[in-house]
Amino acid sequence: MPFFYSSISVTDLANSTVHLQADSVECSRDDRLLFENLSVEVSGGEALILEGRNGTGKTTLLRILCGLRRPDEGEVRWSGVPIEECAVDFHRHMVYVGHLDGIKRELSALENLRVLQTLSGRGRYSVEEALEAVKLGGFEDIPVHFLSAGQKRRAALARLLVTDARLWVLDEPFTSLDVHGIELVESLMDTHLSAAGALVMTSHHQVHLSAGVIKRLNLSEG
Amino acid sequence: MSVWQAFIELLKRDLRLAMRRRAEIANPLLFFVMVIVLFPLGVGAEPNLLERMSAGVVWVAALLAALLTLDSIFRSDFEDGTLEQLLLSAQPLSVMVLAKVVAHWLVTGLPLLLVAPLLAMLLGMKSAAMGTLMLSLLLGTPVLSLIGAIGVALTVGLRRAGVILSLLVLPLYVPVLIFGAAAVDAAASGLPVAGQLYILAAFLAMALSLAPVAAASALRISLS
Repeated sequence: MPFFYSSISVTDLANSTVHLQADSVECSRDDRLLFENLSVEVSGGEALILEGRNGTGKTTLLRILCGLRRPDEGEVRWSGVPIEECAVDFHRHMVYVGHLDGIKRELSALENLRVLQTLSGRGRYSVEEALEAVKLGGFEDIPVHFLSAGQKRRAALARLLVTDARLWVLDEPFTSLDVHGIELVESLMDTHLSAAGALVMTSHHQVHLSAGVIKRLNLSEG
Repeated sequence: MSVWQAFIELLKRDLRLAMRRRAEIANPLLFFVMVIVLFPLGVGAEPNLLERMSAGVVWVAALLAALLTLDSIFRSDFEDGTLEQLLLSAQPLSVMVLAKVVAHWLVTGLPLLLVAPLLAMLLGMKSAAMGTLMLSLLLGTPVLSLIGAIGVALTVGLRRAGVILSLLVLPLYVPVLIFGAAAVDAAASGLPVAGQLYILAAFLAMALSLAPVAAASALRISLS
């Protein structure tokens, strides 16, 4: 269990409500309809797991939810406000880890995270603490391209901890992680959920979460 | 975190990256030097001819060298996903784009500016025109980077963007080239140059205020 979450006080969390809602969104790609009239929502303490075969639009839906892509129809709202209208506030409270790590290969993990922390606003934990938590202590000063794929992924996931994000949007977070890595990330998710954070993710692995309410959405079923 | 802090942090990151990939800095500079050194070998070393053409040659070489490096403004960030993170950051995207363009200019434009007088002397440019050459490049090359950023932002999602990028950007580069080279020519013939320099300065002011916003919107489209 990461040591630094213990410092979160309950009152700290009560005043930040987390609510992401997609209202009848529709998206098609290359003239192929991926989904239509799809409504989902996720609030604090909830994990939404997107399932479905390859090519059913899981990643596309995640990109819509985090505002990288606009839905063809419908709207995504953050605490009731469309995300285009509250982009800065929404981005401050949301962190996205996609297929691409978003890590510069020539820079060390420490340098990478420091920039990302500055970009996404104040962080509750220091970069060093976050790297320690993902078991990258001792590798922080090495340029990332000398690290293995799994270690690189860990560096990307350390981003979850350096910001103050209440909503995590993760696309296949377990890719290239070993068994211990997966357990570690699951425990981070558990602490995040029990601290009233929200989580939206896709995964081909079985996800074992012990905290929070788990909702599943299967995109293969019409 | 203030916007200014994020601007500085991103600028520092890009400069640090450039220091770790030195070949990328050397490339446009080498191109610039080679074109100007090879030019007299091609047209013959007749002093009068070279002197008359020197302003145009230096400016064309600088413009093509800038074009050569444009892709690097956003390409690598696009490929490793840091551009997505930039779009999702809690800072205004146009300011972040400006930080990247400033870093790009410091890495590719500034070195050209510094070697330009030496190369101009090689072509026999009058020393009276040197100051104007430097000033016109100082005003003009940032415009090239800024306009280029819009082009790259529009084409970064395409796999082979090279030709389209040149076609998009070159027409917008032409006025900068015309006024830049004209200023140096006028200085060499002892004519007043304020008019041309003011126009270049106006281009710069316009590009500085509009290009980051345009490039930011283009990036949002490219990444969706």
